[in-house]
Amino acid sequence: MQLDERSKHLRKIIVDILSVDKRGHIGSALSLIEILRVLFDSFLKYDPKNPRWENRDRFILSKGHGCLALYAILADKGFFPKETLLDFCRPHSHFGGHPERNLDLGIEATTGALGHGFSMAVGMAIGAKLKKQDHHVVVVMGDGEINEGSVWEAAMSASKHKLTKLIAMIDYNKIQSYGPTKEVLDLEPLVDKWKSFGFEVLEVDGHNIKEMEYHLNNTIKDHKKPTVLICHTIKGKGFNFAENNPTWHHKSGLKQEQIEAMYECLK
Amino acid sequence: MRKTALDCVYELAKKDTRVLFIGSDLGPEVLIEMKKEIPERFFMEGISEQHIVGMASGLAMEGFIPYVNTIATFLTRRCYEQIVLDLCLQDLPVRLIANGGGAVYAPLGPTHLAVEDIAIMRLLPNMGVVSVCDSLEMKRLMQASLNWPHPLYIRLAKGGDEIISSENDKFQIGKAILMKNPGECLFVSTGVMTQIALKAASELEKENILCGVLHMHTIKPLDKETLLELFPKVTKIVTVEEHFKNGGLGSSILEFCNDEMPDQCIKIKRIGIEDKFADQYGSQNSLLENWGISTQHLCAAMRS
Repeated sequence: MQLDERSKHLRKIIVDILSVDKRGHIGSALSLIEILRVLFDSFLKYDPKNPRWENRDRFILSKGHGCLALYAILADKGFFPKETLLDFCRPHSHFGGHPERNLDLGIEATTGALGHGFSMAVGMAIGAKLKKQDHHVVVVMGDGEINEGSVWEAAMSASKHKLTKLIAMIDYNKIQSYGPTKEVLDLEPLVDKWKSFGFEVLEVDGHNIKEMEYHLNNTIKDHKKPTVLICHTIKGKGFNFAENNPTWHHKSGLKQEQIEAMYECLK
Repeated sequence: MRKTALDCVYELAKKDTRVLFIGSDLGPEVLIEMKKEIPERFFMEGISEQHIVGMASGLAMEGFIPYVNTIATFLTRRCYEQIVLDLCLQDLPVRLIANGGGAVYAPLGPTHLAVEDIAIMRLLPNMGVVSVCDSLEMKRLMQASLNWPHPLYIRLAKGGDEIISSENDKFQIGKAILMKNPGECLFVSTGVMTQIALKAASELEKENILCGVLHMHTIKPLDKETLLELFPKVTKIVTVEEHFKNGGLGSSILEFCNDEMPDQCIKIKRIGIEDKFADQYGSQNSLLENWGISTQHLCAAMRS
């Protein structure tokens, strides 16, 4: 699927960040951009001018290493000026290699150690029910991340508590740090796994804006169970040399020609 | 002590809608009244400690004050990363009520002995660590815990412990209680070791060795003010804990003296568990005896 101008624009913010410190989890952020774009453009309710608004939808990026994509969309939405991201990973920056809880910047939870965000999301969703609030809690997890047993503990709990406002999205790019998920620790049959844990399961193209928008705003409304969207994505999406290439999971010491090649892909 | 702690959770929950209880897979009788009266704030979530601590963190982010309860070993070790990152790094007011601190579960063997819990909990920024001496002090702690703004680890003893605390102690988290005034010597103890320290001090008094007893129910934050006031008055200190010598109360006192009172020459001896796993079952008392933690051992340490 071809990237449209908005998807390119968000990727350009990421390359701008990378061009300064020359490091980051690039492939992991690039597979995630359309998922975050759909959520922040057309699903989540929030107000960057009032980031602590009590009835906002809660969003947790549990695969914290994809934070470049999160920072890009939050800046784009006006939570903070884009220029502040040029301090990425510098000593006094708010923006490190994994996101840290800062409600004023739109970051709901500290993540980075994998398998934590889903349980926190379950707690938030139970909290919302107790407070009789009807906002959503959305959590995005990586495919490698769901190797963690704690994810499945949280899944059982979400199902037990009938958390219909809880939506888990899996960035299923099928490549983890060492290589293909199929070889490292096969997740299949993934749809059946989630179904057996008591979830409504949808499979979508994680780069198809309209498809994800439709399901989030229509299909899930009738769900009587928590929902998981398995988003089929491409690691490194948008940069042909990085796509499906495990060596682009994380890069440091990026060369200028590599940065330029990334900009070139966005023209 | 455990029953008191959990009854207090129910009492707090009745008065404050922020309070909720989360257990793992506890006995069927646990907080039966609370489950009946406030079912929406009573959770029994299964043997899933990692998830429970994460979920409690999520609830705390939404303004709740979760009291989490299960066996100390599983509440500390199994979910340590969740405690470090979800609770402590995000500095959330979750309370961990840990059953069976020390050798309480002696008959169940070394898998169930919580003898490093104080060390691994006190290591963490923002975490408070408390080990009270009896059920009345537990009540005071639970009351004080409600508005403590940080995560808190509450170590429970076996229960039925001799009552030695008093209303006049003016219990405050982080404020040690001088149970007996010192002569030249001072026992510094925590949890139910304070009962043993008091007995040892009485024994020694018969020999004209005058020992005070400082009860450190809060191991962290350490009550430096009291230590700075008291330590220059004594020449010998024996610390007592139902815990590895490494990393616990005694270590904390040594660190304090080294860092804050480098010019003082106080002899400090630590009573605790040596650096090896338990190789016996038996009872809490038989294990303590085996480890050299008893009134006689305390007296001998102070005499030497």
